[in-house]
Amino acid sequence: MSNLSALQVVWFALIAVLWIGYLTLEGFDFGVGMLLPILGKGRTPEESNRRRRVLINTIGPVWDGNEVWVLTAGGATFAAFPQWYATLFSGYYLALALILVALILRGMGLDYRGKGDTALWRQRWDWCITGGSYAAALLWGVGLTNIVWGSPVKVDPEVTGNYIFDGTLFSLLGPVPLLGGLTFVALFLTHGAIFVALKTDGDIRHEARALSVKTGVVAAGLAVVLLLLVNTKHSSTIGWAGAVLAAVCLLAGLFAALKGREGWAFVGTFATIAFAVVSYFGALFPNAMPSSLGSVNDLTLLAASSTPKTLTIMTWAAVVFTPVVLVYTAWTYWVFRKRIAVHHIPDEQHVTATVRG
Amino acid sequence: MTALDLARWQFAITTVYHFLFVPITIGLTGLIAVMQTVWHRTGNPEWLRLTKFFGKLFMINFALGLVTGIVQEFQFGMNWSLYSRFVGDIFGAPLAFEALLAFFLESTFLGLWIFGWDRLPRKVHLATIWLTHIGTVLSAYFILAANSFMQNPVGYTFNPKTNRAELDDFLAVLTNKVQLVTFPHVITGAYMTAGAFVMGVALYLMRKRAIESRTHADLPMYRKAARLGAWVAVVAGLAVVVTGDLQGKVMTEVQPMKMAAAEALYESSSGHAPFSLFTIGSLDGKEKVFSLEVPGVLSYLATGDVAKPVEGINDLEKQLQATYGKDPLTAAASYTPTIWLAYWNFRLMMGAGFLAMLFGLMVLWRTRKDGLPMEKYWKLIGIWTPLLPVFAMSFGWIFTEIGRQPFLVNGMMSTEAGVSTSVGAWSVALTMILFTLLYGALAVAEIKLTLRYAQRGAVPVAEPVDPSTRDADAPLLFAY
Repeated sequence: MSNLSALQVVWFALIAVLWIGYLTLEGFDFGVGMLLPILGKGRTPEESNRRRRVLINTIGPVWDGNEVWVLTAGGATFAAFPQWYATLFSGYYLALALILVALILRGMGLDYRGKGDTALWRQRWDWCITGGSYAAALLWGVGLTNIVWGSPVKVDPEVTGNYIFDGTLFSLLGPVPLLGGLTFVALFLTHGAIFVALKTDGDIRHEARALSVKTGVVAAGLAVVLLLLVNTKHSSTIGWAGAVLAAVCLLAGLFAALKGREGWAFVGTFATIAFAVVSYFGALFPNAMPSSLGSVNDLTLLAASSTPKTLTIMTWAAVVFTPVVLVYTAWTYWVFRKRIAVHHIPDEQHVTATVRG
Repeated sequence: MTALDLARWQFAITTVYHFLFVPITIGLTGLIAVMQTVWHRTGNPEWLRLTKFFGKLFMINFALGLVTGIVQEFQFGMNWSLYSRFVGDIFGAPLAFEALLAFFLESTFLGLWIFGWDRLPRKVHLATIWLTHIGTVLSAYFILAANSFMQNPVGYTFNPKTNRAELDDFLAVLTNKVQLVTFPHVITGAYMTAGAFVMGVALYLMRKRAIESRTHADLPMYRKAARLGAWVAVVAGLAVVVTGDLQGKVMTEVQPMKMAAAEALYESSSGHAPFSLFTIGSLDGKEKVFSLEVPGVLSYLATGDVAKPVEGINDLEKQLQATYGKDPLTAAASYTPTIWLAYWNFRLMMGAGFLAMLFGLMVLWRTRKDGLPMEKYWKLIGIWTPLLPVFAMSFGWIFTEIGRQPFLVNGMMSTEAGVSTSVGAWSVALTMILFTLLYGALAVAEIKLTLRYAQRGAVPVAEPVDPSTRDADAPLLFAY
């Protein structure tokens, strides 16, 4: 169908795998962050604080490693499809800057919240965690949907071989991409709630499970419309197959949640996100960035790709090291497999400034 | 200001800020690993307290280094998209390697180290901090290989059909001669930074406790930490000097203009070129009011021989104009970097580094036997020593990158030719203000926490329980 080499197809698939890793793992991190004010609400401020700490500690040891998936996706895109990286990152400039701010605030919140000693300190970082998680989930949804749906990309009249983005931040706010943003938020809320149900015990666990079914129904509705629209516009076998499997997995996951089978419910939402990414990448292929200014301006994978030499070296690195990363990442989840309940949370070590000496 | 100026400012602000936290991360993971290893071997609880204390201070710093690191990877594409497309075939691979080999390793094992005290057997837990450290060093290797390509592009060919540089020899990129001297210089600098940090904080606390009581039980512990830090700062400092010297010679070879700019040497010197310790007056070569010069030193720094000539800015400017002035990709109005920045950053780098080493030697002398650093000035030394190598590292990088101008990739692409043409000045200005304000606010929180935890000191800690004998329902030993 195109003149793509096997290596180019492999790297397109690998970048899809990296996004699957990122969105399935950070998906529940964002979910936990967004659910902080809801599931972290107790009868007293003291209880609220403990509940919030339970929530944050479900992702405490792993969120940082989860975030690396997007750095790897960025690096892999830079190395394997430099023109894609260049056009996308300069084109979606302000949106990406906002994502960066959101990720910075969320990460600092997770790291710093527990290190201060006043309610105000914790409250401010809570806002950062929750606000950053909502913003990141929404913006990734808007951004990725724009890539697949098509945005004003065109051949650069000035520099040979270059493609530029000919729009503004507002060009990215079309109805379908916005729907994509909302779908991501709803999906991650559901995925996060199920993750919390799987990783905690006590009241939070039951409240999270009940909540996951409600948000899950919304997510299912939004996702079906979104995937229908995207795959109708860019029809492909893999795209449709991914969409159908995503829908089936979401319904199966919600059914498992209703039955109290938290492990299977988590498998369900995890697979939903993975298949949704497959569907997106299936719809995207063989383009890197389809253009809304006519197909002559499409940035194809072929035009975006690195040389066979670079792709070969990268392939060897990926073949050797990706399994290693997967093994120790899986082991980390095994080490921290135990459920956390309110009574597992140690008292805060209050650190007040001592007299200066 | 144009979009180009703003993009340069933004890169400078975000990168200098990010790099404030990098050396301490690299070096301190190594020193914490050493402390924990000593505790593991000797069972002395003092080393466990120090491990956890410096671990906490490390985490406060690491958080900022981590979150600002994402910006680093994204902004090549955001602000320098023409550069990214032009060199991506070569430059992208080290970044992808860095993420795959180093970032995963350091993030995952740091999480295991922080939360795993009572979840992992002791030996395995000890291994996690060493693996974190290895991750940070690997990360430095790959990103410095990428930077070395910008100083001295190797292992590529230009493909006129695709209008970009393409990879020819990846091994050559990873073993660039600039890289082979830069990596040891930066890594030893990172150990020096961590040594100075440990020394300064421990010295401060030692004095503080000694004021409370001359026989305070924690004095031996802080003495051990202060001396460990001081030894590391001095020994690593010497290694920084040696590697820096090697680097200077490679730099003179591949970027002679940078060396000339470092000395503000306008006219080529026939031999025994002097090195000025400082200059009063302008650095434009017209008038020198006063300059304290040591003959032959610049010749030695640049060539390894006090008698050899060193090329001056005026001659180099003519040569560079003739070589690069015609090609639109490398054309520039001037090939001379901003001299005062290069000149002073070079000196401030060395000055701050030597001062930190001097303080290290003083601490080693003062704390030998039962010496207690009671005088008031030791407090100032304790507070300022951690900052000196941090500043030295910043000055060094500003010098390196300023000295590369007007090139983005030396001799291959001008900075002007690499900027994103589709990003307007307003967009860049907006994000620059956004990042600056955000980074400023975060610095306030970071400094507040660092001071608070540093002043609290290395409090006694509970011995971690072996996971096999731990009560499964006990509270977590560490939680956010």
